[in-house]
Amino acid sequence: MANEAIAQADRVDPIHQFHINSLVDFGRVGDSPFAFTNSALFMAITVVVIVGFMLLTTRGRGLVPGRMQSVTEIFYEFTANMLREAAGTEGMRFFPFVFTLFSFILVANLIGMVPYFFTVTAHIVITGALALLVMALVVGFGFAKHGFGFLKLFVPDDVPAAIMPMIVAIEILSFVSRPVSLSIRLFANMLAGHITLKVFASFILSLGAFGVLGWGGAILPFLMVVALTALEILVAFLQAYVFAILTCMYLNDALHPSH
Amino acid sequence: MVTQALAQEAAEMAAEHGEAMGEAHGAFPPFDPSTFLSQLIWLAIFFGLLYILLSRVALPRVATILEERNDRIADDLAEAEKLKRESDEAIAAYEQALAEARAKAHGIAQEARDKAKAEIEAERSKVEADLDAKLAEAEERIGEVKTKALAEVDAIAKETTEAIVTTLSGESPNEAKVGEAVSQARGELR
Repeated sequence: MANEAIAQADRVDPIHQFHINSLVDFGRVGDSPFAFTNSALFMAITVVVIVGFMLLTTRGRGLVPGRMQSVTEIFYEFTANMLREAAGTEGMRFFPFVFTLFSFILVANLIGMVPYFFTVTAHIVITGALALLVMALVVGFGFAKHGFGFLKLFVPDDVPAAIMPMIVAIEILSFVSRPVSLSIRLFANMLAGHITLKVFASFILSLGAFGVLGWGGAILPFLMVVALTALEILVAFLQAYVFAILTCMYLNDALHPSH
Repeated sequence: MVTQALAQEAAEMAAEHGEAMGEAHGAFPPFDPSTFLSQLIWLAIFFGLLYILLSRVALPRVATILEERNDRIADDLAEAEKLKRESDEAIAAYEQALAEARAKAHGIAQEARDKAKAEIEAERSKVEADLDAKLAEAEERIGEVKTKALAEVDAIAKETTEAIVTTLSGESPNEAKVGEAVSQARGELR
């Protein structure tokens, strides 16, 4: 009886879904273990899904697109327009990068919505790495293109000299906090959403244990889980979009540093 | 703060259950540093792979499809524009031909009318001339008949006069005198 209760409690442990399990061990690199994990597996699935979908749907190269080819084309043009509006035509050189980032996050988020699947983007180290990659690209390209002119990003025009030091300090602070907010926003949304889903799902299980009356009561959390699932799918899209559009705006800073 | 609390809770839960968890399962998973290296390496591999596959294969293919479609649409529009221009030209040419034909038809009709009129005129003048000739002939014959008749009138008048005089006087008058008297009377009558 006690064992059963523990087993059940473990099954509804809302944190369990974020555990990273080693599938194939490759020993250690330095102090850290290096292994092919469930996280890596789902990154691979994400890549296969994106590339497979895009190649399969455009296989016919239809002049008049079919339904699935339209999905790929709409996604392509949506991303292209987003980048063009934020960073102008020069920004289109970053299109493959932005598209890769957007599709990777979106598909990883959506795959995470499938029960028993692992959510790659619910780990701060992944979102942090992606955010730092964006900032590295912005800073690297900004300095490569404009040299020290890139620092004009922190010095807005027509600001009185008296408050200039303060403004510059604020600008630098806001710039430095970008990768933090970018990575934590995605990570926290994914993490919190999945925990909430799990918690409500566990209510169904707990109430179900009380017999017929409990089954009646379990309908409420069940409806909640259905609603939350819809919400989380929306969040999956929204957070991928937010990440991508902010990336476009930051890239615009690299292209046009003076305000 | 919330996530920290969750991490603590997870750790407590793990401790409570007393299950044999690996070192990676001790902490709240997203903050377990022992998994970071693996995640970063695989992220680099798969994100890089995705970037290469998309930028080399998938995106150029979609771009080509869209470009071909846009070209095709532009071509078709240009073709339609060309055809429209051609049909406009054809319409203009047709209108012009129609106007010319109408003018020509008008000319032909006018000519035919003029010709017919001339013919009618010629015919009429011919008929009139004919009639005139016949009239003149008739008049001439009438004149002849008249003179002949008038000549006979003299003879008749002489005979009548002779007969009257003979009957009245009982003697035959001088023929010359009768002729003279008749001529005189006729002269008076005239």
